[in-house]
Amino acid sequence: MSLRTPLARALHHGTARDGVGHWLIQRVTAAALAPLAVWLLVALLSLPDAGYPSVVAWIGAGWNPVLLALTVLIGAWHAWLGVQVVIEDYVHGFLAKTIALLVSVLVHVLLAASGVYAVLRIALRNAG
Amino acid sequence: MAERPLSPHITVYRWAYTMTLSILHRVTGVALAVSLLGLVLWLVSASLGADAYAAILPLLTCVPCKLLLALAVAALIYHLCNGLRHLAWDMGWGFERADARRSAALVVIATLIAAAVCCYFIFRLGAGAA
Repeated sequence: MSLRTPLARALHHGTARDGVGHWLIQRVTAAALAPLAVWLLVALLSLPDAGYPSVVAWIGAGWNPVLLALTVLIGAWHAWLGVQVVIEDYVHGFLAKTIALLVSVLVHVLLAASGVYAVLRIALRNAG
Repeated sequence: MAERPLSPHITVYRWAYTMTLSILHRVTGVALAVSLLGLVLWLVSASLGADAYAAILPLLTCVPCKLLLALAVAALIYHLCNGLRHLAWDMGWGFERADARRSAALVVIATLIAAAVCCYFIFRLGAGAA
């Protein structure tokens, strides 16, 4: 038996049946990011300097482009889920909340796409 | 939507330092989303070539920028350590109050030590050859 009123159902209020998926993906991406974050920190801080030749050489070397692309991609995914919860908690009003959520999706997708593209571009230029 | 009464929550509880860690997890999470933007800008400028990279390099090497970078790294380390604590909770470990307080102290100590080590490397980082 559903306790929801017909009006609430018509207005699409109530569960979107999406909560467990959100929770689980947040945890799975977190578990993936933990080793990637350690790798990124150690790798970045052991760069000899921040100059263009050293940076480009490091980005393209060995498995670095793969790990970097994964870090940006999974990082953007995890950040999107986290920022979504923060917006849902603190941005009030249907219109403001909806716009903030949509802008957040756009920004995170754009970050993921441009980050992965930049890494591939450097790696393929180094290889070619 | 109609204004609905809220049951009293945060303000009615006596403050415990574990609550500070909880809100810090959120704050550092948002800060890291912004830091991701910085990481992507860095990668994109490197992919555009030496001139574009030279244009943003001062953003990595000036002292105020290094302070920001150090804050971002500290946020990452904190979010990482406290995130592992959250993952442990999700598996049902460490929920007892004494355990939660002990792990909170551990997170703070680990963050301070790791962040201090990272700051040393950040401030040592030079611009290198163009």
